[in-house]
Parts: sequence; C-alpha cells; structure tokens
Amino acid sequence: MSYKTDYARVHGHGAAGEGVGHWWAQRVTSIALIPLMLLFIIPFGRALGGGYDAFVATYSNLWHALVAVLFIAATFAHLQQGLQVVIEDYVSGKAARTAALLVNTLLCWAIGAAGVLSVATILFSA
Amino acid sequence: MVQLTLPKNSQMRTGKTWPKPEGARTLRKFRIYRWNPDDGQNPRVDTYFVDLDDCGPMVLDALIWIKSNIDPTLTFRRSCREGICGSCAMNIDGGNELACIFGMDEVKGDVAIYPLPHMPVVKDLVPDLTHFYAQHASIKPWLETKSNTPAKEWRQSIEDREKLDGLYECVMCACCSTACPSYWWNGDRYLGPAALLHAYRWIIDSRDEATGERLDDLHDPFKLYRCHTIMNCAKTCPKGLNPAKAIAEIKKQMVERVV
Repeated sequence: MSYKTDYARVHGHGAAGEGVGHWWAQRVTSIALIPLMLLFIIPFGRALGGGYDAFVATYSNLWHALVAVLFIAATFAHLQQGLQVVIEDYVSGKAARTAALLVNTLLCWAIGAAGVLSVATILFSA
Repeated sequence: MVQLTLPKNSQMRTGKTWPKPEGARTLRKFRIYRWNPDDGQNPRVDTYFVDLDDCGPMVLDALIWIKSNIDPTLTFRRSCREGICGSCAMNIDGGNELACIFGMDEVKGDVAIYPLPHMPVVKDLVPDLTHFYAQHASIKPWLETKSNTPAKEWRQSIEDREKLDGLYECVMCACCSTACPSYWWNGDRYLGPAALLHAYRWIIDSRDEATGERLDDLHDPFKLYRCHTIMNCAKTCPKGLNPAKAIAEIKKQMVERVV
C-alpha cells in the first residue's frame, strides 16, 4: 500500500536526460546499412561458391575488408539498439529487464567483435 | 513480461440477456461490459435490446435509453453529448470512440461496448483516468514565461497561431493513449500520445519561454521514446488529430538540439 500521489508516480526520478543519442544512432546505422549491405553482399555472394580460398582472396583486398568490417559493426550496433528497445518494451520485471539488457549488449558486442576480428585476421594474414 | 492474458478475476463471463422491450418494432442488440467493484463478481457482458424508433442515432443515445428504460445500474460517463467534453470515450465495436458522436449506423451487427482498453475500471464503462490526468499535468499545460508580463496581452502572429491548429482541439478523452500498445505495456512511465500532443502544443507556442525546459523534461527513453509510430493514436482520435505527428515533431526538436 502506498499513498504516493499519481503526480509523484508520473514524475518518478525525473527525465533521464538521454534517449536522443540512441534514437539518432539507430537512424544513422539503419541508413548506413543500406549501401553497406549492397556493397557487402556482392563480393560475399561471389565468394560463396568458392570455399575458404575464395573468401581469403576476397577479404585480403583492403576495400572488401573495410566494407565487411563496417557492415558487421553497423549491423551489430543496430541489432543491439533495436533489441534494447524491444526488451524495454516487453520485459517489465526490473531484474529480468536488466539481465536481458546486459545479455543483449554483451552478445552483440561479442559476436560483432568476433566478426570484425575474423575479417582482420584474413586481411593481415594474407 | 508483458501480460497477454487476463488475470482470473478479470476474465469476462456471459452476463444477463435483458428482455426485449414490449411493442418495439425496430430492435438493435447491444453487448455491454459490466463490472461492479462491490459484488465481488467477475466482469460480464450483458445483452440489451434497444428500440430504435424511440432512441436517438448515436451510441450514447442508446446507452442513455438503456439506463432510462431497462437498467438504471448501467454506469458510464457523459456530459456535453457533442464531442467537446471527452467524457463518453469508450471502446465501441473494437475501436476507441466518443459515444456521443459515434453513430449506431457505423457498426455492422451487434454493438459491442467496453471501457477504454488497459485502464483500471472504476465501474462498468468508467475507467480510472487518474494517472492519465497526472501525466497531462506533468507536462505543465500552461503558458510559461520569464519576461515581464505585457500590460495587455502576449501577442502572437497569425502564422504562429496557425501552428497550434491540430493540437489545441484535443479534448483529453484518452482514446489515443488507451489505443497505444506502448502505453499499454509501459503506461506507468511512457507519457502517451495525449500528454505528448499537449506537450508539443506548448513547445510550439511562440509565446512560451520554456521550450528548453520542456524538452529537458521529455528527454527520457520512456517518457517520450516509447513512441514507435504505431499510429493507433491518429487512427482512433475522434477529433481527427494526429498525436504521432506531434511526437515526431518533438523528436525532431530533440535532434536539432544535438546535431
């Protein structure tokens, strides 16, 4: 039982002073992904039938490697931002929400970093 | 997680079918949500038959007819009966409407009436809007000034006044906020379309001197950024307003402060 007024409940802890950065970053990454996706898919598709050697040959090229790194970084940044919104929308328990947000951030960073490192390994070992 | 099923004590049951009025030739069937906090029972849906030859054309006319002729315990809010007060907002035929300006002829088949969705119910068709009104109060819906008050009035150009069109007409009926899934899931923290439309009405007012503070107060992942442009608010607004556009304008102003 709480006698807290509705006005006090609405104010809560006040405005967090953030939100616009996340909103803007989500738009920037989504727009960046349009050209990056096209630039990434074409050489990736060409290398698909050629096995490991074809991928090594493709990503030994600095331009293709750069596009791949940017594509992977933008994809996982966008994924992290988008999933964060979904979690905040639908997971209402405080503990579950915090845990889900942490797992989301860690997984997106880890998988994104693994992707970037893979491309860098091919580029620098070729 | 989001609760997608009703708790046991909120699950609806089939209620009473009231007898058809004697001698009536043109009948219309109404299925209306009933819940009384005092009887300890689950909500139920009662069935009524309205004599259309003895009743006005609007859904509110039918509700008043039922209350006057069949069941005086049926509880609902109403006042102006012309779409100005916003009191008779309810869910009619699956959409949030003002019963006083929503014609029975707009519904095919039986007329199903429920309270506004996802709000605590006080009784029958009366939702508890306390939190909704507190959210409105929180955006400071009044002119904030710091300059010396002019002797006569705060002046405004015709062009600046026109910017308030499509905003000032809101009657705070809560149709938009209670139609918004984001408001259903996070209504405790998300201000909702109605409060945000009012916030923008003051942000865009050329006479207001607290634009920065108003934006500061909204700069929050939940208060403002729960809006995902679902557009239910614009679709359902009985006054034809577009709260989603007002929210998008606030977001644009937020970006203008940092980019």
